[in-house]
Amino acid sequence: MPSSVALTVARYRPEMESEPTFQTYEFPFRKDWVVLDALNHVKDSLDGSLSFRWSCRMGVCGSCGMKVNGIPKLTCATFLSDYLPGPIRVEPLDYFPVMRDLVVDLTDFMRKLKQVKPWIIRKEEKAPGDGEYLQTPDQLDTYKQFSMCINCMLCYSACPIYGLEPSFIGPAAIALAQRYNMDSRDEGAAERLKILSEHDGIWQCTFVGECTKVCPKHVDPAGAIQQYKLTGATNWVKSLLLPWGAR
Amino acid sequence: MSAEPHYTLYHPRWYRRRVSVWWWLQKRSYTGFVLRELTSVFVAFFAVVYLWQLRALTQGPEAYEQFLARLTTPLFLALDTVAFLFVLFHAITWFNLTPKAMVVRWRGKRVPDWLILGLNYAAWLVLSAAVAFVLLRE
Amino acid sequence: MERITPLLWLLFSAGGTVAALLFPIHFFLTGLAFPLGWLEAPSYEFLHRLLTHLVTRLYLFILISLPLFHWAHRFRYTLYDGLQLKHLTVLIAVLCYGAALVGTAMTAYLLWDIS
Repeated sequence: MPSSVALTVARYRPEMESEPTFQTYEFPFRKDWVVLDALNHVKDSLDGSLSFRWSCRMGVCGSCGMKVNGIPKLTCATFLSDYLPGPIRVEPLDYFPVMRDLVVDLTDFMRKLKQVKPWIIRKEEKAPGDGEYLQTPDQLDTYKQFSMCINCMLCYSACPIYGLEPSFIGPAAIALAQRYNMDSRDEGAAERLKILSEHDGIWQCTFVGECTKVCPKHVDPAGAIQQYKLTGATNWVKSLLLPWGAR
Repeated sequence: MSAEPHYTLYHPRWYRRRVSVWWWLQKRSYTGFVLRELTSVFVAFFAVVYLWQLRALTQGPEAYEQFLARLTTPLFLALDTVAFLFVLFHAITWFNLTPKAMVVRWRGKRVPDWLILGLNYAAWLVLSAAVAFVLLRE
Repeated sequence: MERITPLLWLLFSAGGTVAALLFPIHFFLTGLAFPLGWLEAPSYEFLHRLLTHLVTRLYLFILISLPLFHWAHRFRYTLYDGLQLKHLTVLIAVLCYGAALVGTAMTAYLLWDIS
């Protein structure tokens, strides 16, 4: 175990510079530290001007996504000891505008998420007195994996299509749309189909598969997208052959 | 939210990195992805070769002999070897991705990926054997 | 163009499956085993006899035309994403799907008229 380790962190201070730079910080190595601990140590003791987002520090809030040695990771779940001897490169997530240092602007995703209507849509709501909506464990199983998404945006940062085509709706949004489409309580699949089958919807995806690789919650957005492509295509064929059909 | 924010003193300039045209060389998995996509070119190559063979067959025995002779030239043998490897790469990556795209539910439970994969490879073997049997029957 | 994207994707998937399941064996035989003499190539008369069956003609039609559409769809996106040729997107689509259509038409024409 080395006695000290270095972090090379991307800095961007718009009031001072027009391009990001790198700054290296060296500090004593602690084998149980994650990258987030190191960043907090840097901010507390070495350089208070370093800016970054974090919250729960246990992998459920999705705030601390950054690139560690080029790969998008949750910094609260990335151990320093896996990257020895260092120096470890920490950069902001790709394909989002950098506001400052390691902080990126996520408005684009927030807008797209709202567009896919990630809530239960019903033609008629049950009154509370009529009881709950019942769901079997098998019905839960069809969408549970997609409900694990913590909106950490690592998938957007890994998706080259999103980088090349910023209007692409993106892996997490589609996975979350699928989470609601597959929910037995939901009746809104037709509404979501419209936004998802646009040019910048599911058809932009070419199944690179990077999103699934980096997802810390094993949501498998790539799988969700391909499954939805099949559903979308069969719906299209059905609507062609049975234009009067009730769906 | 407009795509072109109006920068002011209290809204500093955000940094947007341009994606390089060589983006696919920057990560090994990206390069693998592009190679996988390029297998389609070799798939088309073979479709055209087969179309060419079909045309030769409709034109008579001499045309067919000419076609066969062309395929034995070193140029075509080299091309065919490279293309065959790419077609194999296509088949293997295609089968590996099928379980992700096709989720089959049997009696409420999801059919496991290895079973879908196994069925695909089994179909591949059976169909290949059938084709070989038909073409080598003489 | 947008409205037929599901159809183009279905053709791409079908073509990819045909190419994955059937191309390796066909390519191995026609491209390597027969020219190199590992296995004996079928004679002209044998193949011509096979071609008189309707089943063979349908099989060949699917074998040639679906993979062409698979290539068209995939190559179009590869050019669009890989080389970032966004300004040529309509031209690329026309050339790719057009080529696949031409190949399909040629195949159908040749298969229609076998004496």
